[in-house]
Amino acid sequence: MSEKMDKKKVTPEDIRIGVYICDCGTNIAGHIDCSAVTSYAAKLPNVVYAKENLYTCSESGIAEIINGIKEHNLNRVVVASCSPRTHQPLFQSSCSQAGMNPYLFEMANIRDQCSWVHMQQREGGTEKAKDLVRMAAAKAAFLEPQKDIEASLVARTLVIGGGVAGLSAAEGLAGMGIEVILIEQESELGGLLRQIDTLGPEGDKASERVSGLIGALTARPNATIYTDSKMEEISGYIGNYDVTIRQEGKDQAIKEKVGCIVVATGALPLRPEGLFGYNGTNVITQIELEQRLKDKTCDAKDVVMIQCAGARSKEWQYCSRICCMIAVKNALIIKKQNPEANVHILYRDMQMYGTEKEKMLWEARGIGIRFDIYSADDPPDVKDGQVRFYQPLMGQTREIPSDLVVLSTPMVPREDAPELSQMMRVSIDQNNFFMEAHAKLRPLDFATDGIFVAGSARYPATVEEARSQGLGVASRVATILFKDKLVTSAIVAEINPETCVGCLGCQQMCPYEAITYNPELNVCEVNTILCKGCGCCASTCPSHSAQLRGFKPQQLLRQIRAV
Amino acid sequence: MSEGFEPKIVAFACNWCAYSAADLAGVSRFQYPPNMRIIRVMCSGRVNPNFILKAFESGADGVLVAG
Repeated sequence: MSEKMDKKKVTPEDIRIGVYICDCGTNIAGHIDCSAVTSYAAKLPNVVYAKENLYTCSESGIAEIINGIKEHNLNRVVVASCSPRTHQPLFQSSCSQAGMNPYLFEMANIRDQCSWVHMQQREGGTEKAKDLVRMAAAKAAFLEPQKDIEASLVARTLVIGGGVAGLSAAEGLAGMGIEVILIEQESELGGLLRQIDTLGPEGDKASERVSGLIGALTARPNATIYTDSKMEEISGYIGNYDVTIRQEGKDQAIKEKVGCIVVATGALPLRPEGLFGYNGTNVITQIELEQRLKDKTCDAKDVVMIQCAGARSKEWQYCSRICCMIAVKNALIIKKQNPEANVHILYRDMQMYGTEKEKMLWEARGIGIRFDIYSADDPPDVKDGQVRFYQPLMGQTREIPSDLVVLSTPMVPREDAPELSQMMRVSIDQNNFFMEAHAKLRPLDFATDGIFVAGSARYPATVEEARSQGLGVASRVATILFKDKLVTSAIVAEINPETCVGCLGCQQMCPYEAITYNPELNVCEVNTILCKGCGCCASTCPSHSAQLRGFKPQQLLRQIRAV
Repeated sequence: MSEGFEPKIVAFACNWCAYSAADLAGVSRFQYPPNMRIIRVMCSGRVNPNFILKAFESGADGVLVAG
């Protein structure tokens, strides 16, 4: 509240640190002596104000930070509380609100990494908390103000794949007013859904669902659809991707600029060549059965379905998750069309998740569909007109007549999934399905910013799941593209062109390909949007030209020395 | 009873894995001795060998780089 409010260059003597020690109710104060930590903090170099709060993240705690900055003319704030991973953004925004640059904020983790792990060691825990606060304050004194990085955004999205997931994502986005380009490698939209008869025992016709989805998308003026097309090249980064699309039979490649990309390339049912006497006539797959149900050419009297045909095997180790439901659905359809038919399902484990699917299973048992378990070590033997299998529960081998054997084969990833994953620099798992950034926290995002995944490209999904994932992805994309510009953290690398000699050491170390070599100036340069701020370049650079903002040597060394 | 040796350990922990794991240890209330001082880095790749030497020079008895 004085002349000192004038903006003048901060020199080390002008550093005014405010330290806030959070009790977190009893979470911290119950196990360590917070008032001792506060009075200790008040005596640290450059600390002009120290305050203990009951809850620093509460409204009153935030007000104390804001008032503290104003009243005590603070130019650095340290909060000793929980984890910066959860609370740093909140406290940083409070600093901004009070007019302090948010990058001059530092945290000391005295809850998750102190009071909670030293619950019976009050003395040792209190000493550790003091050390952590001292280290944070030492670093804070050397922090530098930064500006968030802003970049332009192209408010258009590329959706790869025209199945349920892709169509749902595209329609959702187009409906929100975002321009969409959808590419499909087949000549028709609809994906696997086109080969399916009905979506449930009494469910909608799949063909109606397909035409509904396609109709909804094609009615949108802001949706462009390219069939018989594949993505050929991609470059750029979130907000500004350049893609090249090749349409079959056309010489001219299509170039598009998009801000985000949705991968909805789906998966394929395995063709079980050499398994259980598969022949495509009286030993067929579920998807071939769908075609017969569609054409009304299924008149079998003794149907045996074999689950996990190819799945949970050496080659395909995973459970394909949806085949049990498909088998029960089709068994119900056959049995309802012809109550005289004998339908037998041989399984290893039934996976009927969700209450509706569970009900379907009980209905199937109720109307006389037989379920028998088989062991993976002794799989059923399909012979002409009969299936022999060992019943482990009864300890005997049985033979059942069959005029149709239906194999429930797993969904397998598309062959070009690895190629596509390399092209876009997104992960695939050990089975070649695309892999999300985090199974629970970011289930529709890739680790690469601006690229998303939906449907069976990630893992076998039902129609409902593919649809909700597609719509979910549309929301995720909207959170980015509805903004005027892309704003990202300033905690990225910078390379001093004055001292860089262009040795390329940093470029080889960078895991994100964010560093490029500029031959004209003979220096390396950082793309601040691609940079994720790991700092590998900084620890490699022999001339210390590459630096990670907020984690510069002088900042970290101060923290280390304060140990 | 003589007081045992209590080492001071400096840990450099990657923000995305080891530091999160240390948070998780807290959330799970796993108990361990209060001898460690964690320094958060955005990647264990940020840890220059010089930092490790500086930690020893500043009185650390042990250094842990986790990431």
